[in-house]
Amino acid sequence: MAFNWFKLSSPASFYPVAGALIPWFAIGAAILAAIGLWLGFGVAPTDFQQGEVYRIIFIHVPSAWLSMFLYVVMAFWGALALGFGTRLSGMMAQAIAPTGALMTFIALWTGSLWGRPTWGTYWAWDARMTSELILLFLYLGIIALRQAIGDPRRADRACAVLSIVGVVNIPIIYFSVKWWNTLHQGASVKLTGSSMETTMLAGMLVMSFAFWFYSIAAVLARLRAIVLERERDAAWVAGLPEVRAAAGGPG
Amino acid sequence: MNHWHFILGAYGVTLLVVVVEVLAVRARRRAAARTAAASAPAPGARPGTSVRGA
Repeated sequence: MAFNWFKLSSPASFYPVAGALIPWFAIGAAILAAIGLWLGFGVAPTDFQQGEVYRIIFIHVPSAWLSMFLYVVMAFWGALALGFGTRLSGMMAQAIAPTGALMTFIALWTGSLWGRPTWGTYWAWDARMTSELILLFLYLGIIALRQAIGDPRRADRACAVLSIVGVVNIPIIYFSVKWWNTLHQGASVKLTGSSMETTMLAGMLVMSFAFWFYSIAAVLARLRAIVLERERDAAWVAGLPEVRAAAGGPG
Repeated sequence: MNHWHFILGAYGVTLLVVVVEVLAVRARRRAAARTAAASAPAPGARPGTSVRGA
């Protein structure tokens, strides 16, 4: 029996699906984070050059990866909203932006705290750090642009254009350590292999999945709030248990 | 050369911002449900229809 995926593009159809998925991703994120932290702090050895401070890697690298990936996903949904005018696509892009900004902030913050003991400075205007800071400003700009436009459909289109234009920054961030001489080190993990010790790599990858699961749960939870905000006058919303409970009726 | 204060600063702030995001999303959803309840269409409205912009 073929499953009709297009049915899920309706906010009314996707709302309960998102609600069912959130607990699985949230619990998965908690379990993976527990395993990742155990690997990172209990199993992975002390680095012979950096000592213990390298353990910031277990949150710095996953958040940096997600900051870039979430931006591309946000631009993808924005492009769908722009091209096809689908409501859920615009809502999805809207839901991703704050979590993407949060991941970018974590990447910058943890990188700064890692940089002080290893490079001797919290910040340097090198290509990797500057382009990541520009990514944070892009996220904040998209959030601010949406707030400034009253009509949600117009806001979807304007934010989609800005996010698509901003995609050019993603390869700049990723390849900046190759294209320019930067203080930031090159990639330790590549498709062809890794220069990291096995347990360090395992801890980092498990934490990456934890961050990934957390981001999905947070985005889906925010998406449900956005659906309620933007579809609040639809009859199907009035029938939802949480809306009936908020109205004082039987939940 | 342990620098545990840098590690605590990194993990502590990460935990803090994650908790803030979770609480903010929960509060937003509750507020959205209250707003939706306040602007619910009259009983008997056709399913899937919107009274806004009609």
